[in-house]
Amino acid sequence: MSISVKNLTKIYGNQYAVDDISFEVNKGEILGFLGPNGAGKSTTMKIATCYIPPTFGTIAVCGHDVVDKPMEVRKLIGYLPEHNPLYLDMYVHEYLEFIASLHGLSGRNGRSRVNEMIDMCGLEVEQNKKIGTLSKGYRQRVGLAQAMVHDPEVFILDEPTTGLDPNQIVEIRNLIKNISQDKTVIFSTHIMQEVEALCNRVIIIDAGKIVVDKTVESLQQGVETYHKLTAQFAERIDIEELKSIDGVLEVIEEEIGTYIIHTELSKDLRPVIFNFAMENRKSLLELKQEEVSLENIFHKLTKNIDS
Amino acid sequence: MIRVLIKEINSFLNSLIAYIVIGVFLTAIGLLMWVFPETNVLDYGFADMDTLFSFGPYVFLFLIPAITMRLFAEEKKTGTLELLFTRPLSDWQIILGKYFAGFLLVVFSLVPTIIYFFSIYKLGQPEGNIDTAGVIGSYIGLFLLGGVFTAIGIFSSSVTENQIVAFILAVFLCFFFYTGFSSLANIDVWGSASIYLEQLGISYHYTSLSRGLIDLRDVAYFISVISFMLLLTNLKLGSRKW
Repeated sequence: MSISVKNLTKIYGNQYAVDDISFEVNKGEILGFLGPNGAGKSTTMKIATCYIPPTFGTIAVCGHDVVDKPMEVRKLIGYLPEHNPLYLDMYVHEYLEFIASLHGLSGRNGRSRVNEMIDMCGLEVEQNKKIGTLSKGYRQRVGLAQAMVHDPEVFILDEPTTGLDPNQIVEIRNLIKNISQDKTVIFSTHIMQEVEALCNRVIIIDAGKIVVDKTVESLQQGVETYHKLTAQFAERIDIEELKSIDGVLEVIEEEIGTYIIHTELSKDLRPVIFNFAMENRKSLLELKQEEVSLENIFHKLTKNIDS
Repeated sequence: MIRVLIKEINSFLNSLIAYIVIGVFLTAIGLLMWVFPETNVLDYGFADMDTLFSFGPYVFLFLIPAITMRLFAEEKKTGTLELLFTRPLSDWQIILGKYFAGFLLVVFSLVPTIIYFFSIYKLGQPEGNIDTAGVIGSYIGLFLLGGVFTAIGIFSSSVTENQIVAFILAVFLCFFFYTGFSSLANIDVWGSASIYLEQLGISYHYTSLSRGLIDLRDVAYFISVISFMLLLTNLKLGSRKW
């Protein structure tokens, strides 16, 4: 067990930032930690990295409790804080060597490790510049390099891809994928595609409570209660006729000729509807089944709590 | 602790702060001691270094807060403090690393003034006619005073994210500790307590040291104020855990 969180609660004043959450993360897992802004993601991560203590409950990292053995925990964790704070007046090399030295990697060891990180994160071209002159994408890489430099067991990355352009996001994702082999990664985000692209497990948290703790596949299956088909015909169709097809639950006319058809989950009705059009001599222009996106799921799950 | 110290020293050197602080201090003291007609040693005619030891604290009063104001305030603002706090470092290692980095800069700016001592030593009539013990005592006093001002500056920097607020607070606290207590003690309301009030201030112990008598009580006073300020800093930084 790399990380185990038990009944974690954090109270600021009289506001519950994190409210009695428990979960466990195993070695080799990439856990997406999801939730709207202010849901308690960062707070949980700050507790796990020993920056702030929990009000109640515990987090143990590789068996070490964050309150009793903070130094052990800090050695095991590679942490990229939210907004990726960096010393802007330091050079890339200097900065990474400084962080390495804080972990006891100094001198030749530290330097060779820093060079490895620079290769791994694609910083070769920028390695002799001041961090302040780097673009956002490169700064993010420096942030990741800094989190990886002491070869930690657990990575805690707080919104590693915010503010990057699409190409940079893909690069950072690949980087996270590369480092995640036989390590544990927890990263927070509020972007759903990220979770689809990277994680094998998702925890969605809203208002300090865990709403969902599932693998990505089971999440996609579990939430929707029907398939949604969009069918476009060249002419108007009688809605009742469509409804009479076996397996159709609901038909909504969006505009003339275009229908949204809700069908049972167990069946794929696309061939049936195609045949229906043939038999009734209607011309079918378009027929598509909407993919269940995690975005919708996220929306549904976190909205329920509010209302 | 050493790592943090080295990092801070490097950043002093990279950002020109170190050169400016040392340059300004030496220029100001040099002008006062050798050039300005009201204060210079040559016209004064007596071989002593009172100018350095009476104006030094006032120059430090502005320079040291300028050195220390960024130490915590800047890191708080940019969030890099979180980065340090989540490394295998105790809070004390961070505080002491920064404190000694600041103090080292003070020492560096003070060490070249030893040349003044040799100049005056040679200029004395007869040669060497200077109160050497007094000068040594005064130097110890000035180093300790620099240590106290640095500790006050570190504490001021830890209470705010704003460097200007940290600077102003530090200047005020330094001033208050330096002469504030003894001036307050002069108000005629304290009765016999005024002597204790005066002893709370730096100037009482500083003058006592500059007589060349290194009294353990004076040294203990300086060390206590430094410890007290660093302890407050530790409390402030630890308050994130409350």
